Amino acid sequence: MSQVRSRQSASRVITITSGKGGVGKTTVTANLSAALARLGKRVVCIDADIGLRNLDLILGVENRIVYDIVDVVEGRCQLAQALIRHKAYPELYVLPAAQNRDKTAVSPAQMVRITDELRPQFEFILIDSPAGIERGFKNAVAPADEVLIVTNPEVSAVRDADRIIGMIELLEKRPPSRLIINRVKAEMVKRGEMLSADDVTDILSIQLIGVVPEDETVLIAGNRGMPEPNSRSGQAFAEIARRLLGEDVPHTHTNASQGFFRRLTRLFTGAGARQGSVFDE
Amino acid sequence: MSSFWERLLGRRNQTGSGSVAKQRLQLVLVTDRSELPPETIQRMKDEIIAVISKYVPIAHDKVEINLEQRQRDNWLVADIPLLRSAPRNAPVESAPESPTADDA
Repeated sequence: MSQVRSRQSASRVITITSGKGGVGKTTVTANLSAALARLGKRVVCIDADIGLRNLDLILGVENRIVYDIVDVVEGRCQLAQALIRHKAYPELYVLPAAQNRDKTAVSPAQMVRITDELRPQFEFILIDSPAGIERGFKNAVAPADEVLIVTNPEVSAVRDADRIIGMIELLEKRPPSRLIINRVKAEMVKRGEMLSADDVTDILSIQLIGVVPEDETVLIAGNRGMPEPNSRSGQAFAEIARRLLGEDVPHTHTNASQGFFRRLTRLFTGAGARQGSVFDE
Repeated sequence: MSSFWERLLGRRNQTGSGSVAKQRLQLVLVTDRSELPPETIQRMKDEIIAVISKYVPIAHDKVEINLEQRQRDNWLVADIPLLRSAPRNAPVESAPESPTADDA
């Protein structure tokens, strides 16, 4: 689907945003960048959270920062000098945020200029947006060809996602938005005590690109500064990466994975929603 | 019986907090997306009713004017039943503010 789009020279700027903080934007950006690099794509991820940089830490490049995005904008270095190449993924680069400045150090127009300079060299430019709906968010979405909205199956995260989707619809460029539902607990969904991926997609009425299960591996990988592809969440990110490349990867989250016959069997054997399954934590 | 079909079709029970969350979100997002404060919406409804009842007698107690979501669009949906009696060609003389016999 996304492969047939004819505009621009195959370079795609994808902004990852959410409205609410703490839903996993940086985790998604880091893991999706790594998954795309693993598929052989040339990727750069930009930390647009100036003042609260973290993408470097999650990707394990924090000790190799010399210049940051504000240095680039203010002309203290060339853009190429600020890019950090990932040691495990040679196709993956990171442009870190400044830690000792605030969001106003960069303007939306400057973000567009930076991505335009990166476009000829990279197939994917992923931007990790800060939380909120102010300047940092506006910087992050200004150059976006596409937006990935990250949310959790939790009322405040869904409400904030809805607000963000509304704001993106008002942008001049109107980049298409797709939804990532992060930290889904299949067991709670089954008990009826958590919004399901279908519920959230239904409420927000935008296209779903992936569901990521709650997975303690994410925290462990963050501790180490190295994404973990061989975990359940890692597999979910790999699937999202393939969907970004236009592949038709079937969704395997809980609702969809419970086939008609399995439900039929459960119904007639009297097994309710209580019993566990392979999807449990 | 409906619960049999719902379970066969894979619908969840409607008593868990998950479905409560869904219902609450669907309601609050209608207001969020409209960007109109509830008082303004109420005032608009009153004015719409007042304007219509200048021309035709309506069953005030059955009027329903609501904001609804259809995909990501807001719709103002109005069900305004007209009273069958008292066909008139001219506008109703009484001002909308003063209650008419129909309202009682």
